[in-house]
Amino acid sequence: MDISLIFKIASIGILLGILNIILDKADKKEFAYITTLVGVVIVFGMVILLISRLFDNIRTIFQLY
Amino acid sequence: MEVIQIVGLGLVATILIVLLRQSNRSDFALLVSVITGIIIFSMVIDKVKYIVDTLSNLSRSANIEFTYFTTILKIIGIAYIVEFGAQISRDAGEEAIASKIELGGKVIIMVLAMPILLALMDLIIKILP
Repeated sequence: MDISLIFKIASIGILLGILNIILDKADKKEFAYITTLVGVVIVFGMVILLISRLFDNIRTIFQLY
Repeated sequence: MEVIQIVGLGLVATILIVLLRQSNRSDFALLVSVITGIIIFSMVIDKVKYIVDTLSNLSRSANIEFTYFTTILKIIGIAYIVEFGAQISRDAGEEAIASKIELGGKVIIMVLAMPILLALMDLIIKILP
């Protein structure tokens, strides 16, 4: 399991925060919202794979079918 | 030392989450905490497997009926997974969904435990007269 995913997600979050502030200041509220949405979708795509792997692991270990 | 790895990972993730919360990105904070939980669990998953294998060997040599052991194992797994989900939604401030998840887990555990209860009742009835 690689820990770099945590740093990846956190850095995406911080980057999106900065982008959000800049777009807000430039009076582009709709673009700020769209960037946030796209970031959340991308990161959630990464996370959901890991969640499914965790559930598979638990299912095999505890014999839950 | 795995312990130091796990604790260090937890501390780093906590600092990152606090940083994210301060910049008003609690959605990403939630995702980071989910990933941290998954990574910590996958660090100890080999150990858990070893423990489960040892316990099942022990129960086989002690001649305990095997279905009871698998039932207990299933209950432990359900409890863990329900706790995981409920804790995440409680972290996000959704107390209602967390308690619904816990309710679902409790009901499923009760259903799994029914055969054991029935066996206990049978035993009591056999002993009584």
